[in-house]
Amino acid sequence: MKRVVITGAGTINALGHSVPDTLEAMREGRCGIGELEFRDVDRLAIKIGGQVRGFEAEGRFNRQQMTLYDRFTQFTLTAAKEAIDQSGIEFHGDLAARSGVVLGTAGGGVSTWDDNYRSVYEDGKNRVHPFVVPKLMNNAAASHVSMEYNLKGPSFTVSTACASSNHAMALAFSMVRSGAAPAMVTGGSESMLCFGGVKAWEGLRVMSKDACRPFSANRNGMVQGEGAGVFVFEDYDHARARGADILCEVVGFAMSSDAADIVMPSKQGAARAMSGALADAGLNADQVGYINAHGTGTTANDKTECAAVAGVFGPHADDLMISSTKSMHGHLIGGTGAVELLACIMALRDGVIAPTIGYEEADPECALDVVPNEAREAKIDVALTNAFAFGGLNAVLALRRA
Amino acid sequence: MSINDRVIAIIAEQAVLEPSDVTPESTLEDLGIDSLGLVESIFAIEEEFDISIPFNANEPEASDFDISNVAAIIAGIEKLVTEKA
Repeated sequence: MKRVVITGAGTINALGHSVPDTLEAMREGRCGIGELEFRDVDRLAIKIGGQVRGFEAEGRFNRQQMTLYDRFTQFTLTAAKEAIDQSGIEFHGDLAARSGVVLGTAGGGVSTWDDNYRSVYEDGKNRVHPFVVPKLMNNAAASHVSMEYNLKGPSFTVSTACASSNHAMALAFSMVRSGAAPAMVTGGSESMLCFGGVKAWEGLRVMSKDACRPFSANRNGMVQGEGAGVFVFEDYDHARARGADILCEVVGFAMSSDAADIVMPSKQGAARAMSGALADAGLNADQVGYINAHGTGTTANDKTECAAVAGVFGPHADDLMISSTKSMHGHLIGGTGAVELLACIMALRDGVIAPTIGYEEADPECALDVVPNEAREAKIDVALTNAFAFGGLNAVLALRRA
Repeated sequence: MSINDRVIAIIAEQAVLEPSDVTPESTLEDLGIDSLGLVESIFAIEEEFDISIPFNANEPEASDFDISNVAAIIAGIEKLVTEKA
Protein backbone atom coordinates (compact mmCIF):
# COMPACT_ATOMS: atom_id res chain seq x y z
CA MET A 1 0.00 0.00 0.00
CA LYS A 2 1.22 3.46 -0.91
CA ARG A 3 1.21 6.44 1.40
CA VAL A 4 -0.92 9.29 0.03
CA VAL A 5 -0.18 12.99 0.43
CA ILE A 6 -1.81 16.23 -0.67
CA THR A 7 0.53 18.37 -2.74
CA GLY A 8 -1.82 21.04 -4.03
CA ALA A 9 -5.01 22.78 -2.95
CA GLY A 10 -7.32 25.21 -4.70
CA THR A 11 -10.67 26.80 -3.97
CA ILE A 12 -13.20 29.44 -4.72
CA ASN A 13 -16.05 30.05 -2.30
CA ALA A 14 -17.84 32.83 -0.48
CA LEU A 15 -14.81 33.45 1.74
CA GLY A 16 -12.27 33.92 -1.03
CA HIS A 17 -11.17 33.15 -4.55
CA SER A 18 -8.05 31.25 -3.45
CA VAL A 19 -6.78 29.07 -0.61
CA PRO A 20 -4.77 31.86 1.11
CA ASP A 21 -7.78 34.21 1.04
CA THR A 22 -10.10 31.49 2.34
CA LEU A 23 -7.78 30.46 5.16
CA GLU A 24 -7.29 34.07 6.17
CA ALA A 25 -11.06 34.50 6.38
CA MET A 26 -11.36 31.30 8.44
CA ARG A 27 -8.61 32.50 10.80
CA GLU A 28 -10.42 35.78 11.25
CA GLY A 29 -13.82 34.09 11.65
CA ARG A 30 -15.26 36.14 8.82
CA CYS A 31 -18.75 35.41 7.50
CA GLY A 32 -19.22 35.06 3.75
CA ILE A 33 -22.99 34.70 4.01
CA GLY A 34 -25.11 37.63 2.85
CA GLU A 35 -28.08 38.75 0.79
CA LEU A 36 -28.47 36.66 -2.36
CA GLU A 37 -28.34 38.46 -5.68
CA PHE A 38 -29.92 36.87 -8.74
CA ARG A 39 -33.05 37.04 -10.85
CA ASP A 40 -36.39 36.54 -9.02
CA VAL A 41 -34.77 36.46 -5.56
CA ASP A 42 -37.74 38.55 -4.35
CA ARG A 43 -39.97 35.50 -4.88
CA LEU A 44 -37.95 33.44 -2.38
CA ALA A 45 -38.66 33.15 1.33
CA ILE A 46 -34.96 32.38 1.92
CA LYS A 47 -32.89 35.30 0.71
CA ILE A 48 -29.41 34.62 2.15
CA GLY A 49 -26.54 32.43 1.07
CA GLY A 50 -22.79 32.10 0.78
CA GLN A 51 -22.55 33.45 -2.74
CA VAL A 52 -19.25 33.83 -4.62
CA ARG A 53 -18.89 37.53 -5.42
CA GLY A 54 -16.68 39.42 -7.83
CA PHE A 55 -16.02 36.34 -9.94
CA GLU A 56 -15.62 37.53 -13.52
CA ALA A 57 -15.90 34.35 -15.56
CA GLU A 58 -15.79 36.41 -18.75
CA GLY A 59 -12.20 37.45 -18.09
CA ARG A 60 -11.04 33.92 -17.30
CA PHE A 61 -12.69 31.92 -20.03
CA ASN A 62 -13.14 32.63 -23.74
CA ARG A 63 -16.46 32.79 -25.56
CA GLN A 64 -16.36 29.19 -26.73
CA GLN A 65 -15.53 27.96 -23.23
CA MET A 66 -18.32 30.04 -21.73
CA THR A 67 -20.88 28.25 -23.89
CA LEU A 68 -19.70 24.93 -22.39
CA TYR A 69 -18.92 25.84 -18.77
CA ASP A 70 -21.76 26.03 -16.28
CA ARG A 71 -20.87 28.01 -13.16
CA PHE A 72 -20.04 24.77 -11.28
CA THR A 73 -17.50 23.92 -14.01
CA GLN A 74 -16.08 27.45 -13.90
CA PHE A 75 -15.58 27.10 -10.15
CA THR A 76 -13.97 23.67 -10.59
CA LEU A 77 -11.50 24.84 -13.24
CA THR A 78 -10.57 27.88 -11.14
CA ALA A 79 -9.86 25.72 -8.08
CA ALA A 80 -8.12 23.00 -10.13
CA LYS A 81 -5.72 25.56 -11.61
CA GLU A 82 -4.69 26.78 -8.18
CA ALA A 83 -4.22 23.21 -6.87
CA ILE A 84 -2.25 21.91 -9.84
CA ASP A 85 -0.11 25.08 -10.03
CA GLN A 86 0.74 24.73 -6.35
CA SER A 87 1.51 21.05 -6.71
CA GLY A 88 3.82 21.71 -9.65
CA ILE A 89 2.83 18.34 -11.08
CA GLU A 90 2.79 17.98 -14.87
CA PHE A 91 0.89 15.14 -16.46
CA HIS A 92 2.80 13.52 -19.33
CA GLY A 93 3.36 9.99 -20.59
CA ASP A 94 2.74 7.17 -18.13
CA LEU A 95 1.87 9.58 -15.29
CA ALA A 96 -0.86 11.14 -17.46
CA ALA A 97 -2.12 7.75 -18.63
CA ARG A 98 -2.61 6.50 -15.08
CA SER A 99 -3.73 9.66 -13.25
CA GLY A 100 -7.34 10.80 -13.25
CA VAL A 101 -9.89 13.14 -11.77
CA VAL A 102 -12.72 12.21 -9.40
CA LEU A 103 -15.02 15.04 -8.34
CA GLY A 104 -18.19 15.39 -6.34
CA THR A 105 -21.27 17.42 -7.13
CA ALA A 106 -24.88 17.00 -6.08
CA GLY A 107 -26.58 19.08 -8.72
CA GLY A 108 -24.12 19.64 -11.54
CA GLY A 109 -25.22 22.41 -13.87
CA VAL A 110 -28.23 23.57 -11.86
CA SER A 111 -28.26 27.10 -13.24
CA THR A 112 -28.09 25.75 -16.80
CA TRP A 113 -31.22 23.67 -16.09
CA ASP A 114 -32.80 26.71 -14.45
CA ASP A 115 -32.01 29.15 -17.27
CA ASN A 116 -33.17 26.82 -20.00
CA TYR A 117 -36.35 25.69 -18.27
CA ARG A 118 -37.16 29.35 -17.80
CA SER A 119 -36.52 29.95 -21.47
CA VAL A 120 -38.79 27.15 -22.75
CA TYR A 121 -41.51 27.23 -20.07
CA GLU A 122 -41.72 30.86 -19.01
CA ASP A 123 -40.53 32.67 -22.10
CA GLY A 124 -42.19 30.16 -24.41
CA LYS A 125 -39.14 29.62 -26.59
CA ASN A 126 -38.94 26.42 -28.57
CA ARG A 127 -35.21 26.21 -29.07
CA VAL A 128 -32.29 25.91 -26.65
CA HIS A 129 -28.55 26.23 -27.19
CA PRO A 130 -26.99 23.06 -28.67
CA PHE A 131 -24.63 22.64 -25.71
CA VAL A 132 -27.20 22.56 -22.93
CA VAL A 133 -26.63 18.85 -22.28
CA PRO A 134 -22.80 18.86 -22.21
CA LYS A 135 -22.96 22.01 -20.07
CA LEU A 136 -25.32 20.73 -17.38
CA MET A 137 -24.17 17.11 -17.04
CA ASN A 138 -22.78 16.23 -13.61
CA ASN A 139 -19.49 14.98 -15.07
CA ALA A 140 -18.85 18.12 -17.15
CA ALA A 141 -16.47 19.59 -14.58
CA ALA A 142 -14.43 16.38 -14.23
CA SER A 143 -14.21 16.05 -18.00
CA HIS A 144 -13.04 19.62 -18.52
CA VAL A 145 -10.36 19.19 -15.83
CA SER A 146 -9.21 15.99 -17.57
CA MET A 147 -8.96 17.81 -20.91
CA GLU A 148 -7.23 20.86 -19.44
CA TYR A 149 -4.56 18.85 -17.63
CA ASN A 150 -4.19 15.73 -19.79
CA LEU A 151 -5.55 13.34 -17.15
CA LYS A 152 -6.21 10.05 -18.94
CA GLY A 153 -6.70 7.62 -16.06
CA PRO A 154 -9.84 6.82 -14.03
CA SER A 155 -12.11 9.87 -14.14
CA PHE A 156 -15.71 10.27 -13.06
CA THR A 157 -18.13 12.17 -10.89
CA VAL A 158 -19.67 11.06 -7.62
CA SER A 159 -23.06 12.34 -6.59
CA THR A 160 -24.13 11.60 -3.03
CA ALA A 161 -25.78 14.89 -2.06
CA CYS A 162 -23.91 16.55 0.81
CA ALA A 163 -21.28 13.80 0.99
CA SER A 164 -20.34 13.93 -2.73
CA SER A 165 -16.91 15.52 -2.24
CA ASN A 166 -15.96 13.26 0.65
CA HIS A 167 -16.97 10.17 -1.29
CA ALA A 168 -15.01 11.46 -4.31
CA MET A 169 -11.89 12.21 -2.27
CA ALA A 170 -12.11 8.85 -0.48
CA LEU A 171 -12.20 7.09 -3.85
CA ALA A 172 -9.28 9.14 -5.17
CA PHE A 173 -7.37 8.31 -1.98
CA SER A 174 -8.01 4.59 -2.31
CA MET A 175 -6.86 4.63 -5.95
CA VAL A 176 -3.56 6.26 -5.06
CA ARG A 177 -3.13 4.10 -1.96
CA SER A 178 -3.67 0.91 -3.94
CA GLY A 179 -1.13 1.95 -6.57
CA ALA A 180 -3.77 2.10 -9.31
CA ALA A 181 -2.99 5.78 -9.90
CA PRO A 182 0.17 7.74 -9.03
CA ALA A 183 -1.83 10.93 -8.60
CA MET A 184 -5.49 11.96 -8.62
CA VAL A 185 -7.11 15.37 -8.92
CA THR A 186 -10.09 15.36 -6.58
CA GLY A 187 -12.57 17.45 -4.61
CA GLY A 188 -15.91 18.86 -5.65
CA SER A 189 -18.02 21.77 -6.72
CA GLU A 190 -21.54 23.11 -6.42
CA SER A 191 -23.47 26.05 -7.78
CA MET A 192 -27.13 25.92 -6.77
CA LEU A 193 -27.61 29.55 -5.87
CA CYS A 194 -30.18 30.40 -8.49
CA PHE A 195 -33.95 30.73 -8.21
CA GLY A 196 -34.78 27.06 -8.82
CA GLY A 197 -31.88 25.80 -6.72
CA VAL A 198 -32.87 27.75 -3.62
CA LYS A 199 -36.62 27.29 -4.17
CA ALA A 200 -36.19 23.51 -4.05
CA TRP A 201 -34.37 23.70 -0.70
CA GLU A 202 -36.91 26.15 0.65
CA GLY A 203 -39.56 23.46 0.27
CA LEU A 204 -37.93 21.26 2.89
CA ARG A 205 -38.32 23.99 5.52
CA VAL A 206 -34.92 23.40 7.03
CA MET A 207 -33.31 26.65 5.85
CA SER A 208 -32.48 29.59 8.09
CA LYS A 209 -33.65 33.06 7.11
CA ASP A 210 -30.93 34.83 9.06
CA ALA A 211 -27.73 32.83 9.76
CA CYS A 212 -26.05 29.44 10.02
CA ARG A 213 -25.29 28.87 13.72
CA PRO A 214 -24.07 25.28 14.07
CA PHE A 215 -24.23 23.76 17.57
CA SER A 216 -25.73 26.94 19.04
CA ALA A 217 -28.96 26.33 20.98
CA ASN A 218 -30.71 29.02 18.94
CA ARG A 219 -29.72 27.56 15.57
CA ASN A 220 -32.57 27.52 13.09
CA GLY A 221 -31.35 25.81 9.98
CA MET A 222 -28.87 25.62 7.18
CA VAL A 223 -27.68 28.24 4.71
CA GLN A 224 -26.60 27.29 1.20
CA GLY A 225 -23.22 28.20 -0.22
CA GLU A 226 -21.47 27.69 -3.56
CA GLY A 227 -17.98 27.16 -4.88
CA ALA A 228 -15.36 24.44 -5.30
CA GLY A 229 -12.40 22.82 -3.61
CA VAL A 230 -9.86 20.80 -5.61
CA PHE A 231 -6.75 18.92 -4.45
CA VAL A 232 -3.88 16.90 -5.83
CA PHE A 233 -3.64 13.56 -4.03
CA GLU A 234 -0.29 11.96 -4.79
CA ASP A 235 1.74 8.89 -4.02
CA TYR A 236 4.16 9.95 -1.26
CA ASP A 237 7.20 8.45 -3.00
CA HIS A 238 6.29 10.19 -6.24
CA ALA A 239 5.85 13.51 -4.44
CA ARG A 240 9.14 13.09 -2.55
CA ALA A 241 11.04 12.15 -5.71
CA ARG A 242 10.04 15.37 -7.43
CA GLY A 243 10.60 17.47 -4.32
CA ALA A 244 6.98 18.54 -3.94
CA ASP A 245 5.79 20.49 -0.91
CA ILE A 246 3.53 18.22 1.13
CA LEU A 247 0.49 19.89 2.72
CA CYS A 248 -0.59 16.86 4.76
CA GLU A 249 -1.08 13.12 4.52
CA VAL A 250 -4.38 11.34 3.93
CA VAL A 251 -4.32 8.25 6.12
CA GLY A 252 -7.72 6.62 5.96
CA PHE A 253 -11.40 6.82 5.18
CA ALA A 254 -14.67 5.02 5.72
CA MET A 255 -18.07 5.12 4.12
CA SER A 256 -21.34 3.93 5.63
CA SER A 257 -25.01 3.88 4.80
CA ASP A 258 -27.71 4.44 7.44
CA ALA A 259 -30.22 2.33 5.49
CA ALA A 260 -32.88 4.09 7.53
CA ASP A 261 -34.38 7.41 6.40
CA ILE A 262 -34.15 9.60 3.32
CA VAL A 263 -33.55 12.82 5.28
CA MET A 264 -33.12 12.17 9.01
CA PRO A 265 -29.50 11.51 10.06
CA SER A 266 -28.50 8.48 12.10
CA LYS A 267 -26.13 8.48 15.05
CA GLN A 268 -25.10 4.91 14.30
CA GLY A 269 -24.36 5.59 10.63
CA ALA A 270 -22.26 8.65 11.49
CA ALA A 271 -20.44 6.81 14.27
CA ARG A 272 -19.66 3.84 12.03
CA ALA A 273 -18.14 6.18 9.42
CA MET A 274 -15.91 7.92 12.00
CA SER A 275 -14.77 4.77 13.77
CA GLY A 276 -14.29 3.09 10.39
CA ALA A 277 -11.99 5.89 9.23
CA LEU A 278 -9.92 5.55 12.41
CA ALA A 279 -9.66 1.80 11.94
CA ASP A 280 -8.73 2.17 8.27
CA ALA A 281 -5.97 4.63 9.22
CA GLY A 282 -4.77 2.47 12.12
CA LEU A 283 -5.36 5.33 14.56
CA ASN A 284 -6.55 5.37 18.13
CA ALA A 285 -9.42 7.73 18.90
CA ASP A 286 -7.28 9.73 21.32
CA GLN A 287 -4.87 10.74 18.54
CA VAL A 288 -7.55 12.91 16.89
CA GLY A 289 -7.15 16.59 17.77
CA TYR A 290 -9.68 18.17 15.44
CA ILE A 291 -12.86 17.19 13.62
CA ASN A 292 -14.25 19.30 10.84
CA ALA A 293 -17.92 18.66 11.52
CA HIS A 294 -20.68 18.22 9.03
CA GLY A 295 -22.35 20.80 11.32
CA THR A 296 -25.16 22.04 9.10
CA GLY A 297 -26.90 24.16 11.72
CA THR A 298 -30.09 22.10 11.61
CA THR A 299 -31.56 20.77 14.83
CA ALA A 300 -31.33 17.17 13.65
CA ASN A 301 -27.78 17.07 12.26
CA ASP A 302 -25.95 18.86 15.02
CA LYS A 303 -27.31 16.90 17.95
CA THR A 304 -26.96 13.59 16.10
CA GLU A 305 -23.40 14.38 15.06
CA CYS A 306 -22.39 15.39 18.61
CA ALA A 307 -23.91 12.22 20.02
CA ALA A 308 -22.02 10.16 17.44
CA VAL A 309 -18.73 11.91 18.31
CA ALA A 310 -19.34 11.31 22.02
CA GLY A 311 -20.04 7.66 21.29
CA VAL A 312 -16.94 7.09 19.16
CA PHE A 313 -14.46 9.11 21.22
CA GLY A 314 -15.74 8.50 24.76
CA PRO A 315 -14.01 10.76 27.32
CA HIS A 316 -11.62 12.03 24.60
CA ALA A 317 -14.61 13.76 22.94
CA ASP A 318 -14.23 16.47 25.60
CA ASP A 319 -10.56 17.00 24.74
CA LEU A 320 -10.77 17.30 20.98
CA MET A 321 -11.96 20.35 19.01
CA ILE A 322 -14.82 20.18 16.54
CA SER A 323 -15.94 23.10 14.39
CA SER A 324 -18.26 23.77 11.50
CA THR A 325 -16.94 26.20 8.92
CA LYS A 326 -20.37 26.12 7.22
CA SER A 327 -21.12 28.99 9.60
CA MET A 328 -18.79 31.07 7.38
CA HIS A 329 -19.02 29.73 3.82
CA GLY A 330 -22.47 28.13 3.99
CA HIS A 331 -23.32 24.58 2.96
CA LEU A 332 -21.79 23.88 -0.44
CA ILE A 333 -23.88 20.68 -0.72
CA GLY A 334 -21.88 18.39 -3.05
CA GLY A 335 -18.81 20.64 -2.85
CA THR A 336 -18.83 21.13 0.88
CA GLY A 337 -16.40 18.41 1.99
CA ALA A 338 -13.78 19.75 -0.41
CA VAL A 339 -13.85 23.31 0.91
CA GLU A 340 -13.97 21.99 4.49
CA LEU A 341 -10.86 19.88 3.90
CA LEU A 342 -9.03 23.22 3.78
CA ALA A 343 -9.84 23.78 7.45
CA CYS A 344 -8.23 20.41 8.23
CA ILE A 345 -5.11 21.33 6.24
CA MET A 346 -4.91 24.65 8.10
CA ALA A 347 -5.25 22.83 11.43
CA LEU A 348 -2.54 20.28 10.60
CA ARG A 349 -0.11 22.53 8.75
CA ASP A 350 -0.52 25.93 10.37
CA GLY A 351 -1.77 24.88 13.81
CA VAL A 352 -4.84 27.09 13.49
CA ILE A 353 -8.30 25.68 14.20
CA ALA A 354 -11.07 27.38 12.24
CA PRO A 355 -13.94 28.53 14.46
CA THR A 356 -17.67 27.87 14.44
CA ILE A 357 -18.94 31.42 14.10
CA GLY A 358 -22.45 32.63 14.98
CA TYR A 359 -22.29 30.62 18.20
CA GLU A 360 -24.51 32.39 20.73
CA GLU A 361 -26.00 29.92 23.17
CA ALA A 362 -24.75 26.61 24.58
CA ASP A 363 -26.85 23.57 23.74
CA PRO A 364 -26.63 20.68 26.23
CA GLU A 365 -27.17 18.31 23.30
CA CYS A 366 -24.03 19.69 21.60
CA ALA A 367 -21.75 19.89 24.63
CA LEU A 368 -18.40 19.65 22.84
CA ASP A 369 -15.58 22.15 22.28
CA VAL A 370 -16.94 23.67 19.08
CA VAL A 371 -14.26 26.40 18.93
CA PRO A 372 -16.89 29.14 19.26
CA ASN A 373 -16.51 32.33 17.26
CA GLU A 374 -12.72 32.70 17.35
CA ALA A 375 -9.99 30.64 15.72
CA ARG A 376 -7.58 28.96 18.08
CA GLU A 377 -3.90 28.07 17.87
CA ALA A 378 -3.28 24.41 18.65
CA LYS A 379 -0.80 21.83 17.49
CA ILE A 380 -2.63 18.73 16.37
CA ASP A 381 -1.47 15.57 14.62
CA VAL A 382 -4.65 14.04 13.24
CA ALA A 383 -7.88 15.50 11.89
CA LEU A 384 -11.12 13.95 10.67
CA THR A 385 -13.56 15.51 8.23
CA ASN A 386 -17.20 14.44 8.30
CA ALA A 387 -19.91 14.43 5.66
CA PHE A 388 -23.35 12.92 6.27
CA ALA A 389 -25.68 13.17 3.30
CA PHE A 390 -29.41 13.09 2.74
CA GLY A 391 -30.19 9.53 1.86
CA GLY A 392 -28.12 8.41 4.85
CA LEU A 393 -24.82 8.12 2.96
CA ASN A 394 -21.78 9.01 5.04
CA ALA A 395 -18.08 9.48 4.27
CA VAL A 396 -15.28 10.44 6.65
CA LEU A 397 -11.60 11.01 5.87
CA ALA A 398 -8.67 10.94 8.29
CA LEU A 399 -5.64 13.21 7.75
CA ARG A 400 -2.28 13.48 9.45
CA ARG A 401 0.30 16.25 9.76
CA ALA A 402 3.07 15.86 7.19
CA MET B 1 -66.57 21.83 2.29
CA SER B 2 -65.65 23.87 5.35
CA ILE B 3 -62.02 24.75 6.19
CA ASN B 4 -62.28 22.18 8.96
CA ASP B 5 -63.30 19.39 6.58
CA ARG B 6 -60.72 20.33 3.95
CA VAL B 7 -57.86 20.32 6.46
CA ILE B 8 -59.00 17.03 7.96
CA ALA B 9 -59.18 15.51 4.47
CA ILE B 10 -55.56 16.56 3.80
CA ILE B 11 -54.31 15.27 7.13
CA ALA B 12 -56.25 12.02 6.74
CA GLU B 13 -54.76 11.45 3.32
CA GLN B 14 -51.26 12.02 4.67
CA ALA B 15 -51.92 9.64 7.58
CA VAL B 16 -53.57 7.07 5.29
CA LEU B 17 -56.70 7.14 7.47
CA GLU B 18 -60.39 7.83 6.96
CA PRO B 19 -61.35 11.49 7.73
CA SER B 20 -63.64 10.14 10.46
CA ASP B 21 -60.56 8.77 12.25
CA VAL B 22 -59.03 12.24 12.52
CA THR B 23 -60.44 14.08 15.54
CA PRO B 24 -59.73 17.66 16.70
CA GLU B 25 -57.82 16.26 19.67
CA SER B 26 -55.55 14.03 17.54
CA THR B 27 -51.87 14.96 17.61
CA LEU B 28 -49.70 14.38 14.55
CA GLU B 29 -47.88 11.75 16.54
CA ASP B 30 -51.20 9.95 17.28
CA LEU B 31 -51.84 9.93 13.55
CA GLY B 32 -48.39 8.57 12.75
CA ILE B 33 -47.31 11.68 10.82
CA ASP B 34 -43.51 12.18 11.08
CA SER B 35 -41.47 15.29 10.28
CA LEU B 36 -41.46 14.60 6.54
CA GLY B 37 -45.21 13.94 6.62
CA LEU B 38 -45.71 17.20 8.47
CA VAL B 39 -43.77 19.21 5.90
CA GLU B 40 -45.78 17.53 3.14
CA SER B 41 -49.08 18.26 4.92
CA ILE B 42 -48.16 21.91 5.34
CA PHE B 43 -47.32 22.12 1.66
CA ALA B 44 -50.66 20.53 0.71
CA ILE B 45 -52.56 22.93 2.98
CA GLU B 46 -50.71 25.94 1.54
CA GLU B 47 -51.65 24.80 -1.95
CA GLU B 48 -55.29 24.14 -1.01
CA PHE B 49 -55.86 27.57 0.58
CA ASP B 50 -53.25 29.61 -1.30
CA ILE B 51 -51.70 30.74 1.95
CA SER B 52 -48.15 30.76 3.32
CA ILE B 53 -47.67 29.01 6.66
CA PRO B 54 -44.74 30.23 8.77
CA PHE B 55 -43.10 26.95 9.68
CA ASN B 56 -39.43 26.02 10.10
CA ALA B 57 -38.81 22.35 10.82
CA ASN B 58 -35.78 23.31 12.95
CA GLU B 59 -37.84 25.21 15.47
CA PRO B 60 -41.47 24.09 15.24
CA GLU B 61 -42.23 25.50 18.68
CA ALA B 62 -40.79 28.92 17.71
CA SER B 63 -42.86 29.14 14.53
CA ASP B 64 -45.93 31.35 14.81
CA PHE B 65 -48.08 28.33 13.95
CA ASP B 66 -49.37 25.84 16.49
CA ILE B 67 -49.19 22.21 15.42
CA SER B 68 -49.89 20.64 18.81
CA ASN B 69 -53.07 18.96 17.55
CA VAL B 70 -55.53 18.99 14.66
CA ALA B 71 -57.77 21.64 16.27
CA ALA B 72 -54.79 23.99 16.71
CA ILE B 73 -53.74 23.49 13.10
CA ILE B 74 -57.28 24.24 11.87
CA ALA B 75 -57.50 27.36 14.05
CA GLY B 76 -54.17 28.58 12.66
CA ILE B 77 -55.31 28.04 9.09
CA GLU B 78 -58.65 29.76 9.68
CA LYS B 79 -56.71 32.77 10.97
CA LEU B 80 -54.41 32.83 7.94
CA VAL B 81 -57.34 32.45 5.52
CA THR B 82 -59.17 35.32 7.26
CA GLU B 83 -56.07 37.53 7.13
CA LYS B 84 -55.70 36.81 3.43
CA ALA B 85 -59.33 37.73 2.65
